[in-house]
Amino acid sequence: MAQTVAQPTTTTPVVPAKLPLKAIAPWAVFFGILMLVLLYFVGAEQGATSVVSGSDVHEWVHDARHLLGFPCH
Amino acid sequence: MNSATVRNLLVRGMLAGLGAGLLALVAAYFLGEPSVDSAISFEEAHSHEHEMEIVSRSLQSTAGLATGVLVYGVAFGGIAALAFAFALGRVGRFSPRATALLLSGCALLAVYVVPFLKYPANPPSVGNPDTIGKRTTLYFLMMVLSVLLAIGATILGKRLAPRIGTWYATVGAVAAFAVVIGLAYAFLPVINEVPKDFPASLLWRFRLSALAIQTVLWGGFGLVFGELAERLLNPKPVTAAASGRVAVPS
Repeated sequence: MAQTVAQPTTTTPVVPAKLPLKAIAPWAVFFGILMLVLLYFVGAEQGATSVVSGSDVHEWVHDARHLLGFPCH
Repeated sequence: MNSATVRNLLVRGMLAGLGAGLLALVAAYFLGEPSVDSAISFEEAHSHEHEMEIVSRSLQSTAGLATGVLVYGVAFGGIAALAFAFALGRVGRFSPRATALLLSGCALLAVYVVPFLKYPANPPSVGNPDTIGKRTTLYFLMMVLSVLLAIGATILGKRLAPRIGTWYATVGAVAAFAVVIGLAYAFLPVINEVPKDFPASLLWRFRLSALAIQTVLWGGFGLVFGELAERLLNPKPVTAAASGRVAVPS
């Protein structure tokens, strides 16, 4: 028993403390939606659906859309 | 305090996403762009109508590509940081660094590889413009389904672990995920719009480069964000404390 007291810092990982859901939720809702909007503009705007008219957004991110795996024209 | 921790994680996630995006951009430019150019040459050789160029090819393949890849990196970095804030200490006995890498690996599979195996990335000139609506819907459906099933499988594994042990719980959860994804693969419509004479080797190279870009992105994100999260949450140097080197006088 004395040995365990002498070696308090073993290699056993300490389970990290959980972050409370109440602290995560406001960030998750606001920034989660913001990030999804960004993904929409990179991945789908002016393809199947359009928020901005024309095809400037589509043409600008054209190569990224193909290479990131999104369906593109 | 805890809300500040979430904010700090979110900021670090977006920064790590930007860094990983830069790495992915290098991969996209050097591995992906040659295939995109070849595919566009094919398209021009086989198309009768000549479309007006709105954004020049040299801008599309540099600034345009960078915009898309970096925004993608930052956006997924932010989402992954929020998922990390939730997963930390809940998925298992993993350090922040290990949790970050595990999460990134799962994200690569759930967000990209699983949808890719059903609806793979296509170079220019592959894909009928008239079906863009259907293809977009199916692709995002597959992505959402895969992410939700991955979350479901994780919850299932956590529930089973106390009863049958971590090993069998993990195997069971992965098997359940694979079975449901297999059913989705079997029942969702097949899309094959590759032109008859499109070079198979070009399609293969394009798709491999698309996979490489995502692997670089998520691998880079996992390592960079893991490092930042570890330093934020465990400020003490772990190795020195664990080996006891500090306490031993020479």
